[in-house]
Amino acid sequence: MKLFEYESKSLAQNLGINTPRGGLASTPDEARDIHKRIGGEVVIKAQVLVAGRGKAGGIKFGTKPDETRDRASEILNMTIKGERVKKVLVEQKLAIKKELFGSIVLDRANKCQTVLASDEGGIDIEDVAKQSPEKILHHRLDPVFGMRGYDARQVGLKLGYAGQRLNSLTDLLSNLYRLSVIYDAELVESNPLVETNDGKFVTADLRVIVDDNSLFRHPEFQERAKEASGEVTPLEAKARENGLAFVELDGDIGIMGNGAGLVMATLDMVNHYGGKPANFCDVGGGANAEHVATALQIIQGDQKVSRIFVNILAGITRCDEVAKGIVDVKKVVGLKKPLVVRMQGTNFEEGKRILNSIGITTLEKMDEAARLVVAMKVA
Amino acid sequence: MTLLVGKHTRAIVQGITGNQGAFHTRLMLDYGTQIVAGVTPGKGATVSQGVPVFDTVASALEKIDANATIIFVPAPFAKEAGMEAIDAGLNPVVIITEMIPARDSMILMAYAKEHGATIVGPNTPGVITPGEAKLGIMPGDVFSPGGVGVASRSGTLTYEIASYLTHAGIGQSTCLGIGGDPVTGLSFVDVLKMFREDKSTNAVVLIGEIGGSAEEDAANYIAETHYPKPVAAYVAGRAAPPGKRMGHAGAIITGTEGTADAKMKRFSEVGVLVAEVPSELPRLLQQQKAALVQH
Repeated sequence: MKLFEYESKSLAQNLGINTPRGGLASTPDEARDIHKRIGGEVVIKAQVLVAGRGKAGGIKFGTKPDETRDRASEILNMTIKGERVKKVLVEQKLAIKKELFGSIVLDRANKCQTVLASDEGGIDIEDVAKQSPEKILHHRLDPVFGMRGYDARQVGLKLGYAGQRLNSLTDLLSNLYRLSVIYDAELVESNPLVETNDGKFVTADLRVIVDDNSLFRHPEFQERAKEASGEVTPLEAKARENGLAFVELDGDIGIMGNGAGLVMATLDMVNHYGGKPANFCDVGGGANAEHVATALQIIQGDQKVSRIFVNILAGITRCDEVAKGIVDVKKVVGLKKPLVVRMQGTNFEEGKRILNSIGITTLEKMDEAARLVVAMKVA
Repeated sequence: MTLLVGKHTRAIVQGITGNQGAFHTRLMLDYGTQIVAGVTPGKGATVSQGVPVFDTVASALEKIDANATIIFVPAPFAKEAGMEAIDAGLNPVVIITEMIPARDSMILMAYAKEHGATIVGPNTPGVITPGEAKLGIMPGDVFSPGGVGVASRSGTLTYEIASYLTHAGIGQSTCLGIGGDPVTGLSFVDVLKMFREDKSTNAVVLIGEIGGSAEEDAANYIAETHYPKPVAAYVAGRAAPPGKRMGHAGAIITGTEGTADAKMKRFSEVGVLVAEVPSELPRLLQQQKAALVQH
């Protein structure tokens, strides 16, 4: 779960991490009032979960409160990479000596957390990473003992700091690590991490991504996790509420299957034969009739879907349960879109019989079914 | 020789009294696997599926001789269940549980490494040596004994591909899921090393998906070691958009990293036979005579 910058910073503040003074605004007038309160010059930043808001114009500056109100109004009317801007963060403009990049990531390949840092932080860090990867330093952390003081010091040293500044940076990195542990974050990233003219280190920007699998032990995020915010479409939100792994896509062939890998392969195969999938929908292993019926209703309720491909390879899932789910949809609300059903595995004879009885033929081969659904003429 | 599991396997089921644990214990027994004990805290001295149940792994081993375990316990308790098995010397440790926090997996993998234990998973369908034994939730009937080793990041897709191989008369030596999570025990590289040494494996199939770098690491290993056995691969998720998690916790393209196209390209560069669709795999293997030698 991605947190907004203002959420990430509020976690950081609780741990004593320096963040710029400021406040959150939902209206241009609120933005102006925050500027009045903190004085000086401010930066106004769109609160979105997608990356790249700076290049999209989602960060502006205000020298006077009225200007800040106008700039905030512009940003609050923006949509950045499909995400509506609903809030802006208004913060004091820092006296920047240097922009660093500091991040603690879940390192999948090394099965540990790794610190990534650079003394060339800022908006172009991705270019730096691509063109001069040697400028990003990697420091692996022990998976059990985590970041020791000397780990953080070594990173600070490599970034070119000494004396009091080295100690300040070491403290900040240690606190960012602490944040990653306390909140089970798979990513804590500050870019830029600013060294100010008066020798402080401040997280000018902060991004935190919480490990979804750890949410059960974080009651503090329970409400937040329910909100369908940012990158989740209304259809995805509805599907996920019903326990489905669901991703909306922009094609017209609805897809439902069991198992993430199989469903991914189904999308690929539909694409391969020239069709365009409308969604990824995994009903999971051992799905019962009710679960299947819910999934099917969500998919057929999507306006852009012209036909539906149900691909079941039953192991712990049973084909007769899947078939019953389809029959239930037919009885209760009706089948609104043509269906192609591929079934193989546990109880497939029974599943086939049930579906044949309501006039649906089933196929056994995935390739054959994919070709059929792609070639199908739709009104 | 049989990799990881076989006729010699005497396994414990941790979480044997839960729905999934009980159901799959029955199917593993039916397949011929020796399931010798179960563990569920608070259910000691009972019997499930004809198997004696204990409160801890250590107390089970006081009474019964076992050498492997399969874990079905819920995610919040999976890390400790794994450590309990490692402390008791069980190896391999197969973890079916999904949705384990990445931090827990990270710590568990470090513990396993320190103790020399092999972990399969988490979030895996398990391991099967067709015709001998299975420690997993895969349907046994789609597999057949033979010479192709299969390693995968997915469950159902593995069954799909195993059934293509079986229908084409290509049997399998061992099939295993490395797991769909970001942090797993065995990696593709670890499995390639095992298949390299395994005399009953003549060729390897890797079933990858988007996210992470397990496929790229495997490709690099194949190139660096001039891998002596033919390798064929399929990578799921070409149609997946960036930034979206496709069902598995680990199946996510971050930035421009982890795309299916990049993984397929890297595999091709090192001489791996890459299938456009899963059903092409048998044909790709049939081009390699070695794959068809039955043991």
